Amino acid sequence: MSNQTLEIRWHGRGGQGAKTAALLLADVAWKTGAHVQGFPEYGPERMGAPITAYNRISRDVIRVHSNIYTPDLVVVVDETLLESVDVTAGLSKNGAIIINTAKSKEEIMPHLKGFEGAVYVVDARKISVETLGKYFPNSPMLAAAVAVSRVMEKDEFIKEMRSSYEHKFAKKPEVIEGNMQALIQTFDALEDDLQGSKGLIA
Amino acid sequence: MAIRDRMSGNEAVAYAIKQVNPDVMPAFPITPSTEIPQLVSTYIANGECDTEFIPVESEHSSMSATLGAEAAGARSLTATSSCGLALMWEELLLAASNRMPCVLALVNRTLSGPININCDHTDGMGARDTGWIQIYAENNQEAYDNFIQAYPIAEDERVQLPVMICQDGFITSHAVENIELLEDDKVSSFVGTYNPEEYLLKPGEPMAMGPYSVSNYAMEARKNQELALEASKEVIIEVAKKYKELTGRGFELFEEYRTQDADYVMVIIGSAAGTAKQAVDDMRAKGKKVGVIKLRVFRPFPAFEIAQALKNCKAVAIMDRCESYNGNGGPLGSEIMAGLYRERIYIEAVNYIYGLAGRDFTVDHVYAIFDELEDAVVNGKKPEQFKYIGLRDAMTR
Repeated sequence: MSNQTLEIRWHGRGGQGAKTAALLLADVAWKTGAHVQGFPEYGPERMGAPITAYNRISRDVIRVHSNIYTPDLVVVVDETLLESVDVTAGLSKNGAIIINTAKSKEEIMPHLKGFEGAVYVVDARKISVETLGKYFPNSPMLAAAVAVSRVMEKDEFIKEMRSSYEHKFAKKPEVIEGNMQALIQTFDALEDDLQGSKGLIA
Repeated sequence: MAIRDRMSGNEAVAYAIKQVNPDVMPAFPITPSTEIPQLVSTYIANGECDTEFIPVESEHSSMSATLGAEAAGARSLTATSSCGLALMWEELLLAASNRMPCVLALVNRTLSGPININCDHTDGMGARDTGWIQIYAENNQEAYDNFIQAYPIAEDERVQLPVMICQDGFITSHAVENIELLEDDKVSSFVGTYNPEEYLLKPGEPMAMGPYSVSNYAMEARKNQELALEASKEVIIEVAKKYKELTGRGFELFEEYRTQDADYVMVIIGSAAGTAKQAVDDMRAKGKKVGVIKLRVFRPFPAFEIAQALKNCKAVAIMDRCESYNGNGGPLGSEIMAGLYRERIYIEAVNYIYGLAGRDFTVDHVYAIFDELEDAVVNGKKPEQFKYIGLRDAMTR
């Protein structure tokens, strides 16, 4: 909305945790002293249906309560959505898109309707299966959103996420370490692509 | 020191309930308010408050049980949305006419059909003539602040009426945002203990509650109820002043945002008021004299006060997130226009219906509405006075 507000749109399918990732991002960004919003847009509530979630992150009070139409960053948690959802709609060419896919950036580009901004690919399935033994794409995609936007630096993010996960998974402590590894691996996987990037925060 | 936190609107209201620690909460789940009883029952299970939670089989029962508890002398409440509120219809009227100072956390959602779970004000507006005080919130912070003020308003001896604390379903109920919370002890001392003068379980003082009233008496009872609702205006303002001393956050019956010298004003309720304020700032930066009145208290309706606040503007856009199906306007539009006429204030007034069943309302809509008002006034056009905004192209009129 204003130049000082970072706006993020998440595309996922019901059950993949896109909403949870948006709420967790709001949570960690809040810890940096920012004003935050994290909210879902609900369609039919069922597993597998396309869902959208949003974040606003700003140094100023956020008053707008509408969806986001001109995001700075788009996170696509499920690449099959590229066929049915116009994921780059309204996305600024100064912005960025992150796609969960095993494909290379070059292979994915033709599906982005000529989008001219920065494109990042993350193989969240591979990272998730390696670290958690199961496919939960939201932790890798959350880490990717933080790495690309630079809402906060890696070390601070990792530290804050540990305490968030310790709270969130108080009854399932066995999944904390795997999720932490998923975050770190995602940062590492994006390191080369992000060389020289200043992030999306003004 | 305020406690800085971040939480959703539902979490904020549940947290306020925990801090107020009422005696009894009967509840039945319905989207998008389900999290409120869910979180409160977790607080109870964890020993963080000792409210008696009654899981019931319907909203008809949840409000009935709330009244039963209140009649017995217990501070009580429930939470609901949409069809849940509709199912409480009979009991809503009983709550107000029996002068029960209970509280209802309403998370506004549309009513069917087509069946839809998203926000508009059809539920709350449908209950506008049940005798309840209705207070609406722009965001999670206000939902929290309004809830803490609810019992001091409801239980005041000049009022003795039930209070509905409303917030927008999903838009604020499910949005995590920054919030400032009060310490538990500050909430306790602000809300105080409930010492009703009369109640069913008062030893040695048997009484009847809700008996049949013959025509000789019933109309006087109704008039007394109306007087109490009128009197609640000053109590709402007094409680808000005390709350400001505690928190620094001030409230009135409505908030006037940059209206002082405004030629064009939008009157709006709930979360969309924040969007409208942002649009006003954007347009002010370009030299447009625009402002927003955010209505906080819909019942009692501040008809005279709003009319006076509008008297110096050239045109007003009155925003209804609810259709009245009368062909003439929404509830807010009809009531404000009646108020303007009674005060003999004749300004251009356009009543817009927006945001039904979760249709998004954006700053662009606000710009377009102010442009339309200005065009009408500057170019002497007679605008259509009741219209929809945000419809798909072919249906926009």
